[in-house]
Amino acid sequence: MAAMTLLETKGLTKVYGGLSANEDVDFVLPAGQVHALIGPNGAGKSTFVGMVSGRIPATAGEVWFDGQDITHVPAHKRMKMGMAYTFQITAIYARLSLFENIALALGSRDNRAAKAALERVGLADRADQIAGDLSYGHQRLLEIAMGVAQAPRLLILDEPTQGLAESEIEGFNTLIRSLAGETTILLIEHNMNVVMALAEEITVLDNGRFLARGTPDDIRNNKQVQDAYLGSG
Amino acid sequence: MSIDRRSIALHVGLITVLFVGCFALNDYHQGNVARILVLATYAIGYNVMFGYTGLLSLGHAMFFAAGLYGLGMAMHYGGLPAIPAFVVGLICAAVLSALVAVLALRTIGVAFMIVTLMFAQSVFLAILYFGDWTRGDEGFVIAQSTRQVLGLDLTDPVTRYLAALALFSAALLITARMMHVRFGRVLIAVRENEERTRMLGYDVFRHKFLAVVISGTISGAAGAGYGLLFGYVGATFASVQYSIFPLLWVLLGGAGTTIGPLVGTIFMFYLIDYSSALTNAYMLIAGVVLVLLTLFARAGIMGEIRKRWAPWLP
Ligand SMILES: Nc1ncnc2c1ncn2[C@@H]1O[C@H](COP(=O)(O)OP(=O)(O)OP(=O)(O)O)[C@@H](O)[C@H]1O
Ligand SMILES: [Mg+2]
Repeated sequence: MAAMTLLETKGLTKVYGGLSANEDVDFVLPAGQVHALIGPNGAGKSTFVGMVSGRIPATAGEVWFDGQDITHVPAHKRMKMGMAYTFQITAIYARLSLFENIALALGSRDNRAAKAALERVGLADRADQIAGDLSYGHQRLLEIAMGVAQAPRLLILDEPTQGLAESEIEGFNTLIRSLAGETTILLIEHNMNVVMALAEEITVLDNGRFLARGTPDDIRNNKQVQDAYLGSG
Repeated sequence: MSIDRRSIALHVGLITVLFVGCFALNDYHQGNVARILVLATYAIGYNVMFGYTGLLSLGHAMFFAAGLYGLGMAMHYGGLPAIPAFVVGLICAAVLSALVAVLALRTIGVAFMIVTLMFAQSVFLAILYFGDWTRGDEGFVIAQSTRQVLGLDLTDPVTRYLAALALFSAALLITARMMHVRFGRVLIAVRENEERTRMLGYDVFRHKFLAVVISGTISGAAGAGYGLLFGYVGATFASVQYSIFPLLWVLLGGAGTTIGPLVGTIFMFYLIDYSSALTNAYMLIAGVVLVLLTLFARAGIMGEIRKRWAPWLP
């Protein structure tokens, strides 16, 4: 039996002026999968998840979530339907406490739930600190914790490990593994170690277009992908 | 004490002090504080939008005026008793703010400021244009005999003070409660990071819209209260000056604090009062103090207190 499809895009296209940031991208994401989206800088990865989440309106094409056409559903409703999104450029409430940040993500001010959510990224003892005073890495972790706290069905992470220390990346991998199975994860990632460690399948975008899809081994051995992205390693 | 208990103690304590003030103050200050309480209600309304939601309006006088004229016209021409006329004032302000919200919220930042300024200017000019009814700049007086509520004479200084305190307390407690529950937290979230808030699943437009309507309606309640308690309705209250005042009061007292609006209004009122007793150039003194405050107490009086000593301040 084929796994249920949680997310699907059909011919998704984004044109900026004359430039196609995404061109005719068809994509299917089975529920429960950890899927990595990779590709060179400017390949259109952020644009793609932007259209999936509703941040960026699509020029053409369709987005389906959980069997519903959500192409014209505004972003906040998509989040309510069970998506969560973390930004490539950290977007937290810098002037509010970690507790406030998490409470807004949880939609509740329950102290224990907030502590538990912060604990998942090891920040529970900093709940009363102002988020903007955290180190860059910790701010990224906070944003990831906010995404996880929303208990989404689809968690979209745009380069979450950028700026994290080696030890923090270990913790991140553990966190994602703990979610695997229940939460479907769409992960944009440049760190190939992270991709290889976490992803069940990988999709490669290049120049706004679909280039390849497969298991980590398939992708590693794909000639086209090596030329476009991985280099001849 | 938990934060909630401290916050309740603060607000109830403040209202108690003001209540005692009614009997402890001499006639001069009693009259001043009654006026300050109504103006501080206006500032509380302004603070909902500016302090908590981060929407800078330069046209709030239109909401104050909507309440003022709504009540004034209903009493003066409609012959309505005070309470129904007050409700008319509230409805006028609520409808106007909903209209302004729908149109102005299509813009952000400086454009938003200018759109609110333009709307307020249109309201001001409309009041002058319909001078036959509104009596324009000159204004009109609401007959003393009609300014009664439940057998209480609102022109009596003590009754007036207590009525002003009731109005102020209602606005204070409503906003304090609002900022305590999720709705208010989301307003702060919108102020701090709109995009993040949207991507957490909150309807940003809906929250901004309600913030404008609540802000405009509280400001309108202040306007209606002003007309009822002081018996005068005039176009000055719709002028740019009256749009700038609440901004100054809130900035001085501390934007985004519940009691900052009152603190700022008292501060500015007495600053002008005392400096005008000293010199004709009282606006100069007021200006210098304002400059000093913005240099050394950026967050306003209550904002600085919160920063330095009392991070729990709501
Ligand atoms: N708002 C915009 N206006 C114009 N062009 C844009 C805009 N946003 C993105 N682009 C262009 O679209 C292309 C795809 O950008 P996108 O950010 O999706 O790439 P990416 O794969 O996420 O890259 P990176 O790995 O650097 O984050 C790039 O050429 C970029 O310059
Ligand atoms: Mg990107």
